[in-house]
Amino acid sequence: MSGTLEGRLRDLLGAGALERTRDGRPRALPPDVERLAALLALAGAEGWRVRIEGSGSWLPADAPADLVVGTRALDAVVRVDAADLVCTVQGGVPLDALHRRLARERMWLALDPPGRPTRTLGAIAATATGGPLRLGYGPVRDHVLGVTVVTGDGQVVKPGGRVVKNVAGYDLTKLCVGGFGAFGVLAELHLRLRALPPEDRTFVARGARDHLTSAARDLADAGLDAQALELVSPAAGAGADWVLAARLLGTAEGVAAEGARLGLGTDLAWEALPAERAGQFWALVQGAPLAGRVALRFGVLRDGLDDLLDTLDASLGEGIVTAGAASGQVRWSGEADGAQVAALRHALAPREVPVTLERAPRAVLAAAGHFGAYREGVGALVARLRQVFDPRGTLAVEADGAPHG
Amino acid sequence: MTALADALAAIVGTRWVKHRPGELVTWTMDGLPTHEAVPQVVVLPGSRDEVIAVVRLLHRLGVPWVARGAGTGLSGGALADGIALIALTRLNRILALDPVRRRAVLEPGVVNARLSEAALPHGLQYVPDPSSQTACTIGGNVAENAGGPHCLKYGVTTNHVCRLEVVLPDGEVVVLGSPHGEPWGPDLAGLFVGSEGMFGIAVEVTVRLEPLPAAVATLLADFDSVRRASEAVGAVIASGVVPAALEMMDQSCVRAVEASIYAAGYPVDAAAVLLCELDGRPDAVRAEAEAVEAILRAHGARGVQRADAAADRARLWQGRKKAFGAMGRLAPDLAVQDAVVPRSALPDILDQIDAIRARHDLVISNVFHAGDGNLHPNISFDRRDRALHARVQQASAEIMQACLRAGGSVTGEHGVGADKLDYMVEAFDCETLTRMRAVRRAFDPMERANPGKVVPVHACREWRQGGVA
Repeated sequence: MSGTLEGRLRDLLGAGALERTRDGRPRALPPDVERLAALLALAGAEGWRVRIEGSGSWLPADAPADLVVGTRALDAVVRVDAADLVCTVQGGVPLDALHRRLARERMWLALDPPGRPTRTLGAIAATATGGPLRLGYGPVRDHVLGVTVVTGDGQVVKPGGRVVKNVAGYDLTKLCVGGFGAFGVLAELHLRLRALPPEDRTFVARGARDHLTSAARDLADAGLDAQALELVSPAAGAGADWVLAARLLGTAEGVAAEGARLGLGTDLAWEALPAERAGQFWALVQGAPLAGRVALRFGVLRDGLDDLLDTLDASLGEGIVTAGAASGQVRWSGEADGAQVAALRHALAPREVPVTLERAPRAVLAAAGHFGAYREGVGALVARLRQVFDPRGTLAVEADGAPHG
Repeated sequence: MTALADALAAIVGTRWVKHRPGELVTWTMDGLPTHEAVPQVVVLPGSRDEVIAVVRLLHRLGVPWVARGAGTGLSGGALADGIALIALTRLNRILALDPVRRRAVLEPGVVNARLSEAALPHGLQYVPDPSSQTACTIGGNVAENAGGPHCLKYGVTTNHVCRLEVVLPDGEVVVLGSPHGEPWGPDLAGLFVGSEGMFGIAVEVTVRLEPLPAAVATLLADFDSVRRASEAVGAVIASGVVPAALEMMDQSCVRAVEASIYAAGYPVDAAAVLLCELDGRPDAVRAEAEAVEAILRAHGARGVQRADAAADRARLWQGRKKAFGAMGRLAPDLAVQDAVVPRSALPDILDQIDAIRARHDLVISNVFHAGDGNLHPNISFDRRDRALHARVQQASAEIMQACLRAGGSVTGEHGVGADKLDYMVEAFDCETLTRMRAVRRAFDPMERANPGKVVPVHACREWRQGGVA
């Protein structure tokens, strides 16, 4: 059958847009939105299951599927409107390439997601994987003004737009950001940009975890205007101690004043990192979750951070932790199986802490799902929404995992 | 009383069911005088449980309904034409306000400004501040994804809603989002905000509170040309400074304000004034205010006033906040329009609006959120004059089309409601509208919650042929 499948794909896309994955599955790389749509329509009609892939570095490459649809060839920066601080990119554009392009015009996209710098914008949005800058610039969804999404049945849907404020129609963009592809393939994204701030400084302090979280709370209470205030575990920061890192961006005057306030009221010994070392440090933090095969994301209120970190330590081991000490976005990575993830979700549910499985080998994802069991009534709603965007179940996305007893 | 009114009264009490023509008048309009509709019956539940019971009853009886807050919307979205209207204004309790966690849990009828007043003693604020904030409700804000002047830096309602308890149109209750704000599964709270009352009723809303800024500076700059003022807006945004608010008023608006009891001392000979607010840490605010003042002057500001003290800032803001009230002096009715353009298109679009005004011989005053390109051209008229009313509608349509041609949107914060329905086919292609309708049906298969709004089900040729996905 696979010969037939590949023949059909070749007819549709041309031989140059076809590859084989390491485990021998066909990988199609449609070169434009139209052919991506045609491909998914064909897959739907033939009953092929499709795994969506960006740069192939974050989600597992072993999910069962008849073919892989990669967005790598959708790598055009469609337009950059410097005066409006908005750009449109195709889903396969790597973040580092976009940053290089934007820096030429003194702009940036204020996202620092976990994983490799070559991760694609489509994948970053689909997984809603934000980084330490979430504190200053909001979660991934705040940066996405609109999308072009190709549904599981090969239709092109374009919610949102290219303006920074817009309430026309239902906000379907929100479903796509963080939907892990369950609502379609992100073919294009309209992104909100910012002017590059003149000053960008990083300060780090080392110490025991509880000491650092308590200091971070004091700083947040005192109104420190940091764009990132990240707690980094020894395994993530490649050191013997936990690290609290503050990143200050803005005008020279503002950053200097905030830097001076870091030392006030806390007994931490802050070290200012020179630009090159600061870059290396944040690259280390971003890359750290790749060292574990499983990555989990949590959102916790400011008084619940210590408790969450204790729970993680007790149930999964200390692992690689990067935690927004003021944003409450926590990422743990390491080794865990599906039952452990399910048990952790069960333990955190009464505290209303959502646990998103961002990244895991196939077996763990199949057992636990990106989201796990939904709250009462929500599962049926999500199922109906998935039906809207993928009526034939073409997209292989493990959203809720196997039911657990 | 009708059987329906009787059944509703059995849930909420006779006093809270209105069905006589004289009683219903209160609920026949929202803030947009171009639309009017009379509900069959109005029910005012007094608790979450009563809301659920009312929705379940209406579901059982197959009666369509519209949920409504304070009725300050400007899109005709909260109008019920011959169907039931559920008014949520009695659910007005702040259920919890937690200064440590910086969260408030609210019933949907809590008035926006009351929340910020309650948060103030804790050094906190609820940021989204629609001009109607002294009347509009949080539930309405959630339905419309309301904005306001201070949303430029801090985001609109969707950026401040963490968790929702929602009664679906079949009476089932679901919880979306989480107290932190991180989605629990797909971002259904994000999808719900701005769904204009068509996905259900939020009976409990958890919002984020933000610390009050340590320092605030407000600048008022006046220009002798609207074009120069809007070019200055672009320059401020491009500089990298993100003002907390960046608002523009044109001469028509300034004169209306200055002739009213809300006079704020704006120069009445200016073609346009800009209000720019900077907030944050004191050193940063000082540096940014100097930078912005230099940009404004370089772009032709005739004068720049600066206020740092709260009372002085309030005076500068007064004219802006009360502009809509002041425009009541110009004519009996005011059609407040709402559209968005890319910020770089502001100078051209304002010229086009002026040309449309002249062509239709209308009075249009512009007061708007210039920093995010969110226009509010306000057309003064008298709706008893039918020919004039028709010109107002025609001019509104032309303004919307001009904004779409500029790459913008037909609504930035007021919603589609009934008013913008016809423009949706120009803003979105048929496939996108089809999926929007299908998403609505995932929440409300019978399409009984706020029927006939947002998605123009009558307009799409494919739908008329019965091809709904």
